[in-house]
Amino acid sequence: MNVLDYLKGKAWLTAVLLLLGLVLLPFMVEASLGKSWLRILDFALLYIMLALGLNIVVGYAGLLDLGYVAFYAVGAYCWALLASPHFGLNLPFWVILPTGAAIAGLFGVLLGTPTLRLRGDYLAIVTLGFGEIIRIFLNNLNAPVNITNGPQGITQIEPVTIAGLSLGKTQEIFGITFSSPHLYYYLFLLFVALVVFVCMRLENSRIGRAWVAIREDEMAAAAAGINTRNIKLLAFAMGATFGGLSGGLFASFQGFVSPESFNLMESIMILSMIVLGGMGNIYGVILGALLVTMIPEALRYTGDLQRAVFGEVFIDPADLRMLLFGIALVLMMLLRPAGLLPSKLRRQELAEDAT
Amino acid sequence: MDIFAQQLVNGLVLGSVYALVALGYTLVYGILELINFAHGETTMMGSMIALAVIGALFGVAPDLPGIMIVLAGLLVAIPACMLLGYSIERVAYRPLRHAPRLAPLITAIGLSIVLQNVAMLIWGKQYIAFPTTLLPQGRHNVFGASITDVQIAILVLTVVIMFGLVTLVNRTRLGRAMRATAQAPAVAQLMGVNVNAVISSTFIIGSALAAIAGVMVSANYGQAHYYMGFLLGLKAFSAAVLGGIGNLAGAMLGGLLLGVLEALGAGYIGDLTGGFLGSHYQDIFAFLVLILVLTLKPSGLLGSRSVERA
Amino acid sequence: MKSTLLALSVALALSLSMTAHAEDAVTVKIGQSSPLTGPQAHIGKDNDNGVRLAIDEINATKPTIDGKVVTFEVMSEDDQADPKTATIVAQRMIDEGIVGVVGHLNSGATIPASKVYSDNNIPQISPSATAIKYTAQGYKTAFRVMTNDEQQGKVLGAYAAKLGKKVAIIDDQTAYGQGLAAEVEKAAKAAGAEVVAVEHTNDKATDFSAILTSIKGKTPDVIFFGGMDPQAAPIAKQMRQLGMKAQLLGGDGMQTPKFIELAGADADGAIASIPGLPIEKMPKGADFKKKFEEKYGQIQLYAPYAYDAAYVMVDAMKRANSTDPTKYLPELGKTSLEGVTGKISFDAKGDLTSGPITLYTVKGGKWETLETVQP
Repeated sequence: MNVLDYLKGKAWLTAVLLLLGLVLLPFMVEASLGKSWLRILDFALLYIMLALGLNIVVGYAGLLDLGYVAFYAVGAYCWALLASPHFGLNLPFWVILPTGAAIAGLFGVLLGTPTLRLRGDYLAIVTLGFGEIIRIFLNNLNAPVNITNGPQGITQIEPVTIAGLSLGKTQEIFGITFSSPHLYYYLFLLFVALVVFVCMRLENSRIGRAWVAIREDEMAAAAAGINTRNIKLLAFAMGATFGGLSGGLFASFQGFVSPESFNLMESIMILSMIVLGGMGNIYGVILGALLVTMIPEALRYTGDLQRAVFGEVFIDPADLRMLLFGIALVLMMLLRPAGLLPSKLRRQELAEDAT
Repeated sequence: MDIFAQQLVNGLVLGSVYALVALGYTLVYGILELINFAHGETTMMGSMIALAVIGALFGVAPDLPGIMIVLAGLLVAIPACMLLGYSIERVAYRPLRHAPRLAPLITAIGLSIVLQNVAMLIWGKQYIAFPTTLLPQGRHNVFGASITDVQIAILVLTVVIMFGLVTLVNRTRLGRAMRATAQAPAVAQLMGVNVNAVISSTFIIGSALAAIAGVMVSANYGQAHYYMGFLLGLKAFSAAVLGGIGNLAGAMLGGLLLGVLEALGAGYIGDLTGGFLGSHYQDIFAFLVLILVLTLKPSGLLGSRSVERA
Repeated sequence: MKSTLLALSVALALSLSMTAHAEDAVTVKIGQSSPLTGPQAHIGKDNDNGVRLAIDEINATKPTIDGKVVTFEVMSEDDQADPKTATIVAQRMIDEGIVGVVGHLNSGATIPASKVYSDNNIPQISPSATAIKYTAQGYKTAFRVMTNDEQQGKVLGAYAAKLGKKVAIIDDQTAYGQGLAAEVEKAAKAAGAEVVAVEHTNDKATDFSAILTSIKGKTPDVIFFGGMDPQAAPIAKQMRQLGMKAQLLGGDGMQTPKFIELAGADADGAIASIPGLPIEKMPKGADFKKKFEEKYGQIQLYAPYAYDAAYVMVDAMKRANSTDPTKYLPELGKTSLEGVTGKISFDAKGDLTSGPITLYTVKGGKWETLETVQP
């Protein structure tokens, strides 16, 4: 506690320590838990970006979106098509990434326009349908003209290359060996920082306040002179752009995309990240994303735990893993209904609701 | 014409199952404005429990008439699912009744995962066969379309249940209490309605329907699996929204309509587009109609305009 | 009496463990990954069982490699048939020091994981991935003991054309089903058949009446289904319900006892292929089947291939006299082994050098050998 108190008055010191911690984290993780956790960490960073993007739509603007994964898919396929042997293209990443994000943003507007009048659960089902439609198209656009290669997916996608340095291979820099997941960690971290920065700025901007106004009472917001149509579309577009961004990064990191990575369950998982962490609160969303990505992986070790406690493995850890994850979701929600780190505004609402 | 009649029959049978499951969603939604995402899993549980009983009984007394064995399975599955529905509400939803709207959605997703994995641990990872020889295997021709005994039973049972449910909601004391709770829970409580009991009964009724639907599905398709609830629940939920969620007739209409749409979509997209698009676009077709309906009529086909909560 | 026996056995066990210690003994981990939860868990577990049976048998022979008695240990991980999870478990198994992996089940998981194995130089043998692309990426570590879509599709397409002039094709829009169906379509056309309908469904569907009705209107002689048994069985049932007389034909995903169990009497007459020779005809086949069924119950699908894959891997280690991946990898390419699924040898890409494919038909609730086709 003393350390925290000491740091409270020194923002720059906190920032430096945090940065140092984040830079050194992959070394510690690799040394203690192994490279697989580095990979999990990478995915967690991707999901933080996705969750923050969805948070704009659901958390800020209050529009329940169950098809968010569609934008992730659009971004991923953009990268896959523009940098793989499939079309024989290999554009540099600073061309593809903005293109993918922009196209995803366009899809966001495309989804947003017909759904402007819809609310609550009706919106949820339409967005869900939209997500499925995108996935089905990706799965089927291998005939009559082969665009997406259908269920076979696209292989051998080019990794990110910065100044001739490929992040897809192990590299030696200043005598330190960096594995591919390690290099991607830094890239992803950079983008997460960017997304967090944008979100923070948005939160306290006119637009951010307009979103909250729409969430709380759309009619009142319109009466107050907010162009609800444009503001809602902007929320969809912003959210989708972040989705497209992480999709592109995902494709380059994994080197392979196929439609099965973008199913409804993925959308639901991203939604549970933000609800679990605390909707509308950036720190909450980050925490939620970390927990939902890491808990199922950590639960792979229940076999070792059973052996340590009982001396033998009673239930196959693979069978137990998702069961425990489900129980954890239920328990966390029952104990913290507003999320683990609820946003201030939400906390006030909750207090009012209870009276 | 034969083909069209057949596609209609196909769609109606599929739609009946959707409708029965959709009723469960809509009942709960009508009262609590809550999407019970675990409802599909209740259907799965009904199917699995019934099959376990049927399998055991068939093993012990194979000479019993097939219908009796299936009925016994159903009679165990229904109360078991009722109990499950009741517990789901008590454990996962009641504590969150005043929580932010999306909180119960996440517990529901969590519960779905739990139920799936519990079923997997109990009944294994295999698909379980429904001994179809237990039921009559007859096939009839109606207007050039082929329909089986089991399918006729499904259609009839769905209609009977629908009428029973409408009567229950409109004519009985419990039904009145349900409607009152749906309109204004606080006022209903003041008027002496035991709101908690009403909500519990809603879950119990919905779960009983789910159990019946579960047995129907496995009887018609000859198999059950612990993962079968997810897609079925999703389709049924879409059907409920299409019809106007919260509205019983809407759920029925939405279910049947979705079933027919899927059948016609799968059957005719290929021919209509000259083979350019094929039956793999059947789900897109169904979703597009859904989106179109909701864009033109944002609260579903039979939904009331007043349901406008974010 | 009892106590003496106990004492004796304890002494025996002690002396055994002492001798094991006296020699140089090492434990070597072999990875296995497949979906152990989710809709395909039953097939995933089957692969796991296949590998475990092979490794148990190998361990019982106390294999000596490089002068040390090697005990193999199976490390099994759930990839949930999800591409992303597959790369994570691949890395996790590599972290735990596996020297090779049997997996994964699905092409969609096998392909992204193959990059991780290749980057870390860990040999990978998939017992069931059929996508052509898996071995076409140029990874030296990628092998499979299963025919690819093209190899099996050629045989099935030609066979379909032999069964009738008009062929309808259904696939389940997965990498496996679509890949195989596309090759069957090509081959059937090449053999002079007319493809009257190509319909699609998905791998979670149970209702096929709509597409079957549409197909019925085109009166095909043969319906080929590219997909797995949980879909194939309702297709067989619904064909009967709709009064269809066409011949149902399928690939390895349908050639399972579960298909017959699920479809009941409606399975009768269906034809399906599976790569390799009939298991009963193989020297070790009957023995494998008996042992597997005693231990784990019915074989689901790919267990024999997973079993063979494990043997192929250990065989290469023995020939290289090393469990070091870099040392035994070159030997893996030179494999020539009589497995329970047939003779196993690889071409330059890591694909099975075209072996025979056997066709089976359901008669009286059992799969019976129809004929073996040499490509």
